[in-house]
Amino acid sequence: MEHLDGNAAAGVLAEVFTMEATTAIVTCGGCGASGPLGAAVAYVTEMGTVVRCANCDEPLIRAAEIRDRVVFDMRGTATMTLAAGG
Amino acid sequence: MSSATREIDRIVTWRPATVSEVIRETPSASTLVLDVEGWPGHRAGQHVDIRLTAEDGYHAQRSYSLASAPEDGVATITVERLDDGEVSPYLVDDAQAGDVVEIRGPVGGWFVWETTQGGPLWLIGGGSGVVPLRSMLRHHQLAGSDIPARLLLSAKAPRDVIYRAELQSWDVTYTYTRETPPGWTGYARRVDREMLAESGFAPGERPRIFVCGPTGFVEGVADDLTRLGHDPVRVRTERFGATGG
Repeated sequence: MEHLDGNAAAGVLAEVFTMEATTAIVTCGGCGASGPLGAAVAYVTEMGTVVRCANCDEPLIRAAEIRDRVVFDMRGTATMTLAAGG
Repeated sequence: MSSATREIDRIVTWRPATVSEVIRETPSASTLVLDVEGWPGHRAGQHVDIRLTAEDGYHAQRSYSLASAPEDGVATITVERLDDGEVSPYLVDDAQAGDVVEIRGPVGGWFVWETTQGGPLWLIGGGSGVVPLRSMLRHHQLAGSDIPARLLLSAKAPRDVIYRAELQSWDVTYTYTRETPPGWTGYARRVDREMLAESGFAPGERPRIFVCGPTGFVEGVADDLTRLGHDPVRVRTERFGATGG
């Protein structure tokens, strides 16, 4: 399927993070590359959203919205740096 | 839920939006002005998620860029119809003033331009990829900015150009990929490296570049910009792909 930019995941990220997540710097747990989440690669389906590393394609974040719950799997993210108060 | 928890209002969550006006832009695109109670305002380039719920409870949800400028004070989206889409045919052809949809946002801080970021501002759009770029241009204008700004817009044919009348007040270069106006001497092909070099800012001018359009368009343009010597860090992209509709 066609992929989108990480900013396509902004909606579900904003449900969870109080700080802007698409400008956060994420380090991939797979290859160690880091960059803004908005510049990563996003796959958005009715089942959920997968954000993958732009360098190695490993999944950084999997997010699913199930009725009134949001489930996040971030095991592919080594670190996530957000701008406090931003 | 404790009262202490309830005091923290969640800013980003689903809330009702009432359609207050529908404007037909092109044969396949409409602008919807949305009345959202407690709309917090937005930044140029941000988007919203729109959710429709069928009578049987089935949800369908899509992301749409905001077309209005922050200074407009309202949430406006422009939607292009995808014939096999679940959401866009309703929004483009059937939505009427008074209809209620659900909205989440504004969201996204990455594909955003504000006058404080400086420029020059170079916007490159394919088809309805012009929508968030129009928000940036309106912001530029309504904020009274004197930052140099240019738009390169690729469309299939003149009738497919959204905001056609309004775009006349800005520095816009058009290219038509399928059908040109009579006597047209401008570009009539897909955006390529030569066109970018001729119509845009040089790498040495260090423009802030925003590219929005279909996935193939965005990837081709981003690759050409890099090959022309533009710093990838200054190029921000927003693809809309097959997940639209």
